Amino acid sequence: MKQKKKMTSTGFLLLITIALFIVMYVAGMVIFADKGFAKPQMFLNLFVSNAGLLVISCGLTIVMITGGIDISVGSVTALVCMVMADLMENKGASAYVAVLVALGIGLLFGIVQGFLVTYMGIQPFIVTLAGMFFGRGLTAIISTDMIAIKNELFLKWANFRFYMPFGSTNKKGKFIPAYIPPTVVIALIVVILCAILLKYRKFGRKLYAIGGNKQSALMMGLDVKKTMFKAYVLDGFLAGLGGFLFCLNSCAGFVEQAKGLEMDAISSAVIGGTLLSGGVGTPIGTMFGVLIKGTISSLITAQGTLSSWWVRIVLSALLCFFIVIQSVLASAKKKK
Amino acid sequence: MEQNVVLEMRDISKNFTGVRALSHVDFTLRKGEIHALMGENGAGKSTLIKVLTGVHEFESGTIHMDGKTGEIVNHSPQEAQENGISTVYQEVNLCPNLTVAENLFIGREPRKLGMINWKEMNERSEKLLESLNIHVPPTQMLDECSVAIQQMIAIARAVDMKCQVLILDEPTSSLDDDEVEKLFVLMRRLRDEGVGIIFVTHFLEQVYAVCDRITVLRNGELVGEYETKDLPRVMLVAKMMGKDFDDLADIKSAHEGKKTPETTPVIEAEGIGHKGTIKPFNIKINKGEVIGLTGLLGSGRSELVRAIYGADKADSGKLKVNGKEVKINSPLDAMKLGMAYLPEDRKAEGIIADLSVRENIIIALQAKRGMFHPLSRKEMEEAADKYIDMLQIKTASRETPIKSLSGGNQQKVILGRWLLTNPEYLILDEPTRGIDIGTKTEIQKIVLDLADEGMAVTFISSEVEEMLRTCSRMAVLRDGEKVGELEESELSQSSIMKAIAGGDDKNE
Amino acid sequence: MNKDKLKKITGARLFLPIICLIAVLLINVIKTPDFFNISVRNGVLYGYIIDVINRASELVILAVGMTLVTAASGGQDISVGAVMAVAAAVCCQILSGGQASVTQYQNSIILAVVAALLAAALCGAFNGLLVARLHIQPMVATLILYTAGRGIAQLVTNGQITYIRVDSYKMAGGYIGKCPIPTPIFFAIATVVVVALILKKTALGLYVESVGINGKAARLVGLNSTMIKFLTYVICGVLAGIAGIVASSRIYSADANNIGLNLEMDAILAVALGGNFLGGGKFSLVGSVIGAYTIQALTTTLYAMNVKADQLPVYKAIVVIIIVTLQSEVFKKFIAGLKSKKASGAVAEGGQKA
Repeated sequence: MKQKKKMTSTGFLLLITIALFIVMYVAGMVIFADKGFAKPQMFLNLFVSNAGLLVISCGLTIVMITGGIDISVGSVTALVCMVMADLMENKGASAYVAVLVALGIGLLFGIVQGFLVTYMGIQPFIVTLAGMFFGRGLTAIISTDMIAIKNELFLKWANFRFYMPFGSTNKKGKFIPAYIPPTVVIALIVVILCAILLKYRKFGRKLYAIGGNKQSALMMGLDVKKTMFKAYVLDGFLAGLGGFLFCLNSCAGFVEQAKGLEMDAISSAVIGGTLLSGGVGTPIGTMFGVLIKGTISSLITAQGTLSSWWVRIVLSALLCFFIVIQSVLASAKKKK
Repeated sequence: MEQNVVLEMRDISKNFTGVRALSHVDFTLRKGEIHALMGENGAGKSTLIKVLTGVHEFESGTIHMDGKTGEIVNHSPQEAQENGISTVYQEVNLCPNLTVAENLFIGREPRKLGMINWKEMNERSEKLLESLNIHVPPTQMLDECSVAIQQMIAIARAVDMKCQVLILDEPTSSLDDDEVEKLFVLMRRLRDEGVGIIFVTHFLEQVYAVCDRITVLRNGELVGEYETKDLPRVMLVAKMMGKDFDDLADIKSAHEGKKTPETTPVIEAEGIGHKGTIKPFNIKINKGEVIGLTGLLGSGRSELVRAIYGADKADSGKLKVNGKEVKINSPLDAMKLGMAYLPEDRKAEGIIADLSVRENIIIALQAKRGMFHPLSRKEMEEAADKYIDMLQIKTASRETPIKSLSGGNQQKVILGRWLLTNPEYLILDEPTRGIDIGTKTEIQKIVLDLADEGMAVTFISSEVEEMLRTCSRMAVLRDGEKVGELEESELSQSSIMKAIAGGDDKNE
Repeated sequence: MNKDKLKKITGARLFLPIICLIAVLLINVIKTPDFFNISVRNGVLYGYIIDVINRASELVILAVGMTLVTAASGGQDISVGAVMAVAAAVCCQILSGGQASVTQYQNSIILAVVAALLAAALCGAFNGLLVARLHIQPMVATLILYTAGRGIAQLVTNGQITYIRVDSYKMAGGYIGKCPIPTPIFFAIATVVVVALILKKTALGLYVESVGINGKAARLVGLNSTMIKFLTYVICGVLAGIAGIVASSRIYSADANNIGLNLEMDAILAVALGGNFLGGGKFSLVGSVIGAYTIQALTTTLYAMNVKADQLPVYKAIVVIIIVTLQSEVFKKFIAGLKSKKASGAVAEGGQKA
């Protein structure tokens, strides 16, 4: 009984999400069977093309659980890609140094934004909006032209494949194993670590407490500010890591890169059951949110005639839909 | 330090931007006692508590605790907790989105290999709750528990953190009698185990029911510390008010005789109800009478008036105003029909904090006139001055933001706001809660005067005495349902109590 | 005595915005001594200062809407730039009748403008619905149109940049007849005057402040909080639409990717710089307008220092953070703490100074 009750309040949205994903994907398999939707690789590609987004969304989920938000992640990604490209191509740095710098940039964004939000008490939206413009502007200061990455080691990482024991057969009947690149492995590890962190670590539970009722958390003697600060730092770090994974996919840096990524990340988190008001959300849910976003992209690409803006418009519509559900559920709860 | 003393505060002083909130206050708490901290609003009770728990800093004084060498200064509630001082507030400070067990253990969860051991946490919670006689499964979400249970969970948390000093800040305000009694059982039990309990409350009966000792503050200064048994109730009130107050009891008799009994109904409700909060009810409210609504908290008192006023739109029934059937969809509709509603929660629903006293007074009239008929500056100022004067609102000027006024004066501003709209029917929902006794009496007098002038008034209060003093008729509510009415001749403390408690159907 | 007066001046709401404006202007005068020179060339006014005032027009219009939204809902509308693009796209698409470039109106200009403003109002209404009715945080709600808006504008114009090469279309962003003053300035002044008049002649200002400070209380005194919040978003949308048409007239085309780009940030900045608290409540329209001109002066300064358009946001982001930090409670407390320390330390010293 009780278990069921719990379901209705928090797990309900997640259930919708998983169901929605399955329905969408199966529909894709039926309608676009000729485009290879049924192949295992097609499914894995959802992860392959969204590995960076997955990591970034996990970071965002953590911040959103505390009731905050971060819209700078898209810009951070662009900045990270540009800096990495610039370092390796123009400054002659090694790929290792570039990666360290990438993670450092994320960390720095996290620290500064976290400080302003938690210790200066400024609205997270304003802070990260400034962060978003700052990051994009800085990217433009480094270079307004696109820099393609030709660093050998980096390209080796980018093109590395883990082959799966399963796969599909091509027209000639030859077996082609499915594969995933390292980005997917890293992203999945991040998801799992975040899930453990949020469920089984004190820090994680404190995040939920803060999102549930900040005042209470303070009164219960939790170190609210420090915890929130850490959340933003972690989010910043994951944005940096996500940016690196993103870069492994694109192998280039340019100003307009990852534009609107913050929207994708927020949508994914919300669609995955994270409440905008804080206190509820899981990385696993967010992962399904990302998969849904990926499926929409694949469907629209497979359809062929629709332009790419449709991905964002459909995603926005879906976000709207979930926000409305959340709002309805919240008011229903209040009435009770 | 004296033997048996668990907490000693000496010579505490604290200023708020020039205003002295505490001046050389001493406070001593012994092991195993329940110690009431009493005083009117602004006496410094909450400031003292906040100084103790590290919410506020203080300028001078010392705090000593049993078992700690030297002075202690808490910089945060967290530090206070580490020092063995736990606080349970009126608004429960727990997290609604977590389970009961998590709320008990958050920040100190049992762990295995650095990972939270959920199984052990739930087991320990179960034991803890059982030992305190609280019946709730540890895996239940907190927001599915009643307020009383939530309060007890908060206490259980404090107890389990081995607190030596437990501060209960108005914990009973939102509990019904039965729940209060359960809380008292828990408090006595903790006292017997040696915990020192500081109990802050507005309810005198509760002080005498459960406390061993009383410390009284007034205007930020210590009046004295007394054994409960040596301090009669009247004396306590006198100490709190700092004067021999002219008896509160008889403001009503002065009005008697003046009153011409009228039976012109202003409001007639038939089967009005709001799903989930108040079952359909009938009520008739006459011109010039003060009708009281009584019942336990959550019995539907506020919900009944909110349904009439349109604050929660009624979903059934018929409403007649002055004999004409009307439809009320929003508060504005009700206002246009001559209703006014002073809400229960002054801070959250009453004042508009950053606006001036003037704007707070005229806002309702302005809303009633509509956006395109703004009041002129002169009209506003005249209106504001009139009510500042009439209700004796203590404010630096009419342009002072209402948030810098004391609670009682804020309430008067809101009362002024509604009087300005010249209502025929005035609803007052707990107008005197959390207000000092002096202002309380003033407000009660005003209510009776208004009724004399022909206004219909509905008065809601948790204090039976207050209701007896002001109301000429009373409606009784229980469990979201109006269960009966008491005529003037039937009004007495015991009859009301009986009606509220129910049990037999004699009163129906 | 003097100290009290000083305190009164520094404490005034408009102190910060005016000081900022003066500071930026001073920097400009020092860098370019002929900053305030105004000359007449080709029958129109010419000069740095005219340029600043002219280019600030869209921003002023947006800032007015943003001020209302901020006051009523305690959040900002970050979709205004995208809404400008939508309005411009609708306007140009109707005028061009679907062609990429026209030298003659294909449809009536009135129809185009009305349709553009309607589209903008619709966008505002959508934001308003999410914020006022569904209680979504304003910035999350408007983030939807912020990202989707330019996509919608692209769909309207079929992904092309639509040119309207008609002289009368260039008027809104250029000059009317022989009038030497750029037209956008009139648009800005008209917007400010109309909105100020509405606030003065109706109780809307008080309503907006009440709702922004305490929505529940506002409802119980008979205000329709939902409606008022909704209304501010619609107003903000319409104003963004006007700004969009002006911006599109300047370049006589609808460029979905660039019209109003990064302007949402400037508008928020203008509101904050105007001394308005971004958390809602009491507001000052004049402050925001001064803020808007300050921002434009700053932008011009940066351009003069060879900063590229893409790079501007870096500096503006820093300014935003500085302003909101100055506004924050923590900082105020910190300053108050310093002052009280100073005051107690300066007792002996004080006599000499006076």
